[in-house]
Amino acid sequence: MTRVLTRTEVEDFLFAEAALLDEWRLDEWFALFAPGAVYEVPMAGAPDDDDPAKSLFYIADDYVRLRERVARLGKKEAHAEFPHSRTRRMISNVRILSVEAGVARIACNLVCYRARMGKVDTYFGHCFYSIDTGADTDAPTWKIAAKRVLLDMDLLYPGKVSIIL
Amino acid sequence: MTLLDPILRPAAKAAQSGFVMEDPERFLFRVARRAFTEDAVLEAERREIFDNCWLYLGHGSEIAQNGDFLTRSVGGRELVFNRDRGGAVHAFLNTCPHRGATLVREPRGNSISFQCFYHGWAFNVNGRFASRYAEGNYGEGHYSGGCADLTPTPRLEHYRDFYFINFDRNAVSLSDYLAGAKEYIDIVADHGADGMEIVGGDQSYFINANWKLLAENSVDGFHGVPTHSTYFDYLQSVGGVRLGDDVGAAFRGSMKDLGNGHAVIEYPSPWGRPVARWTPAWGEDKREVIEAGRTRLIKAYGQERGQRMAEYSRNMVIFPNLVINDIMAITVRTFQPLAPDRMAVSAWALGVKGEDERVRALRLFNFLEFLGPGGLATPDDVEALECCQRGYRNLREAPWNDISKGMPRGANARTDDEEQMRCFWREWDRRIAQRVTA
Repeated sequence: MTRVLTRTEVEDFLFAEAALLDEWRLDEWFALFAPGAVYEVPMAGAPDDDDPAKSLFYIADDYVRLRERVARLGKKEAHAEFPHSRTRRMISNVRILSVEAGVARIACNLVCYRARMGKVDTYFGHCFYSIDTGADTDAPTWKIAAKRVLLDMDLLYPGKVSIIL
Repeated sequence: MTLLDPILRPAAKAAQSGFVMEDPERFLFRVARRAFTEDAVLEAERREIFDNCWLYLGHGSEIAQNGDFLTRSVGGRELVFNRDRGGAVHAFLNTCPHRGATLVREPRGNSISFQCFYHGWAFNVNGRFASRYAEGNYGEGHYSGGCADLTPTPRLEHYRDFYFINFDRNAVSLSDYLAGAKEYIDIVADHGADGMEIVGGDQSYFINANWKLLAENSVDGFHGVPTHSTYFDYLQSVGGVRLGDDVGAAFRGSMKDLGNGHAVIEYPSPWGRPVARWTPAWGEDKREVIEAGRTRLIKAYGQERGQRMAEYSRNMVIFPNLVINDIMAITVRTFQPLAPDRMAVSAWALGVKGEDERVRALRLFNFLEFLGPGGLATPDDVEALECCQRGYRNLREAPWNDISKGMPRGANARTDDEEQMRCFWREWDRRIAQRVTA
């Protein structure tokens, strides 16, 4: 019998992911991703299904580049984030769009505040996740296969996306 | 107020405006930090630079079809860049001749006409007034005299599909203005047998720093290794790049003064180039298609030029605010001052028209490894520029920037020297001196 995935379980997972980012525990955050996963931030105003092979994105990381992005942010020579900015992510409007063969397709909204050097940046948008919930339904074994953050802004007012959203 | 520099006084040649000081005998070149902070300087720049230099507007491929239009802010103006029904390219001031409202409010689109929503005046996309009102509303001359037509920019010219505008009707031709930069635009434009095109939208973002800091940074070979060490770590980590102990030596090359404030640096590429330089990190499956590109360039342009196009990288600044960097991808970048300490940046990826879709995908992937607001390097440039601007709060006690590196090398300036920035500053100084002196 197929077990029904609840929104609460998905929220628990997404809230925990956000906390890892807010706390700059980036190695643990990267461990949530499955080998072969992608992390993408299309340009502000891009359609949900934009293709990084045809359009310019802000970020279109494969698994290797995401690993390198995380490694880079751990160094004090990653100047745009040293000293680290302070961030707080708000995740809401979580929806389970589909579950097929254990892979849940999730949508949610995101507001991320970033404070650094006397300036506050606000990133707001919506996200899509593909999460492989596996045979085992305990959240700790879930792996993110894809994460895409679409900024609902007309221009990139913060000037950069130096943090992971 | 006269600036007194205890280091340069009295031997220095207080060149023109007093903001730029050059002492060739002592190999000193200094720029006053007030040039980055004062409203009066920005006002002088608007009048003496942005009102009479050729300013980049856009690439012809962005309005490829008849009827295509886009809106853009350039030189403090709001403009419409479009192609009319007959294929002619226009640049109009985006304001209704009637009462001044912004006419085109969408960032881009395709249309056979423009209409102001306020009172409904309508225009053909060639700029002609197209409304017809009943007799008695307007005199006959209103339709024939052009007073109700859209106002074009005083000048619009292009070179190899790069369109520029000039607000000075009497400016020299674009061709004369570009001077030596044309040869380097050719190198980029010749990448594609069928021309080049802007790929997939523009990255628009803001930097809280003076616009001239980005002109400097875009051709600054000196900052590469210290600022971007984490990017070079990435290149070595993902494989295929062996930079050795002296990372800077891996891409040390030459610099060329292109005239009129334009300059370029050219150097061997430590990174892969989707046009024609394969790197092991991309995998064997892409090797053949990339090397075919290299073979094509060498066949078309000969061993020397073809190899340069394939393997070397070039960073070029075209005075005052256009950058064409042909590096791990090609980026076209322009920036507009909004205030002394804030600029708006627009950046695009330029690709070969009709290129293999694997190469196109790789070009975009490779662009993002370094470039743009989410790249592994550009955010650190933004940080550096904003740190400079913050540092200038101390200018009363610490008033000068040093841009002297490589002066003893004279005409043999290297990529990691600062002669390309001195070219920019000498032109800036010459123009600004007409308006203000420090």
